Amino acid sequence: MDFEFLSQTFVALLPGIPVTLELATLSLMLGAGLALAFAVVRVRRLRPLNWLVIGYVYVFRGTPLLVQLFIIYYGLAQFPEIRSSFAWTYLREPYWCALLALALNTAAYGSEILRGALLSVPRGQIMAAQACGMSGFLLFRRIVFPIALRQALPAYGNEFILMIKATSLASLVTLADVTGIAARIIAETYRPVEVFVAAGTIYLAISYGLILLVRVAETRLNPDRRDPAPVAGVGAARKEVTP
Amino acid sequence: MLESLTLFGFGPDSWGPAMLRAAANTVAVAAAGFALGGSLGVLVAWAKIAGNAPVRWLAAGYTTVLRGIPDLLVIYLFYFGSGLLLTPIAQMFGAEGFVSLPGFLAGMGAIGVVSGAYHAEVIRGAFYSVKTGELEAATAIGMPRLLKFRRITLPLVARHALPGLGNVWQMVLKESALISVTGLVEIMRQAQIGSSFTRQPFTFYFAAGVLFLTITILSGLIFNRLEHRYSRGRA
Repeated sequence: MDFEFLSQTFVALLPGIPVTLELATLSLMLGAGLALAFAVVRVRRLRPLNWLVIGYVYVFRGTPLLVQLFIIYYGLAQFPEIRSSFAWTYLREPYWCALLALALNTAAYGSEILRGALLSVPRGQIMAAQACGMSGFLLFRRIVFPIALRQALPAYGNEFILMIKATSLASLVTLADVTGIAARIIAETYRPVEVFVAAGTIYLAISYGLILLVRVAETRLNPDRRDPAPVAGVGAARKEVTP
Repeated sequence: MLESLTLFGFGPDSWGPAMLRAAANTVAVAAAGFALGGSLGVLVAWAKIAGNAPVRWLAAGYTTVLRGIPDLLVIYLFYFGSGLLLTPIAQMFGAEGFVSLPGFLAGMGAIGVVSGAYHAEVIRGAFYSVKTGELEAATAIGMPRLLKFRRITLPLVARHALPGLGNVWQMVLKESALISVTGLVEIMRQAQIGSSFTRQPFTFYFAAGVLFLTITILSGLIFNRLEHRYSRGRA
């Protein structure tokens, strides 16, 4: 392996990192917002909407992200109505198309995670809040959502990492993210191994950073799971956590 | 609507047969990759469960790395990487330019290696959810190791692993769309060809989506049946 080429490649890939991170962050934020709305619709069984959301989730989880991305980026241009509408200023840009596809995709997966989390909130907690006189949005904001968030975080952490990987598809609609630059260098130099190592290292570093962040968030959201302050004489007695 | 019926019908100049052939290719490459990944997964799970420290580290490294790197990069590695090995050989025989593995083999290899990491985790999890008492009982009545593996361990692990394997299969199926970058004419590539011929990208990518959804639904049904079958007699 040629280390000089490896380090050159690494430097060449650096400008792709902000693109990858930005796509992942924005699509995850948009997607999580949608996912929460979908999950509430599902849990509350708001009738006509409920069926729509079920269909949406089914279709978006049952087809490849690449198909969704190509339908949005290449497919929509088939309709003159869309080309002449105001949305076309965004829909002709690969960046917005990639962002839209990623967000719609993660919304489908995320809504299932959040739905499970909302359903896992113990009845007793809700009844206790109701007994205190809470209801409606206050109950949701103060009690249901925080408990559900704790429950959802590990699974949503996985979704973060899957989305980091998914942003690589943006390179197929000409965006210069880490994978896009890597593909260009491979095509120019025919040296896939070094480029793979360099790009792979970047993705692994991002994923690892994310895992650490999720872990920090988990300890912050679950005060009961933190290591108790050391008590003199007890030694290193650590509270066992059952997942 | 009528227009797309003739577009995807089976008459002359229609794209129906080509799309169906492409769908068969998708299923074939996904199944081949899934099988390869399954075999790799069993080995890696075995290494994780019973290996000594270096073997366990290797296995852990494999599953961590392959689950953290985009599949697209792995596909590029297999496609262009095989070219590094094959081009000099092909040139000895007088070929010119870049020669690499055919898209099918490169795609199968990439999917196999990526899904192997997920397979391994599923199988390992399934192994640990088998009650130790059942395995000990087999040892207690004197079953030899191989017989115990075939009669007791394997069916029990399969029962626990099936739902997870179903998920891995769905993932592999959707991942196979990325193999279109190697030029293998699977659903996505065929849709690209069709849309550039007819200038109807929406129609073709929509059809691709419908085909993928059909395959997902059908294979979901098959996995449900298998799960039902393998959990017979379960309390």
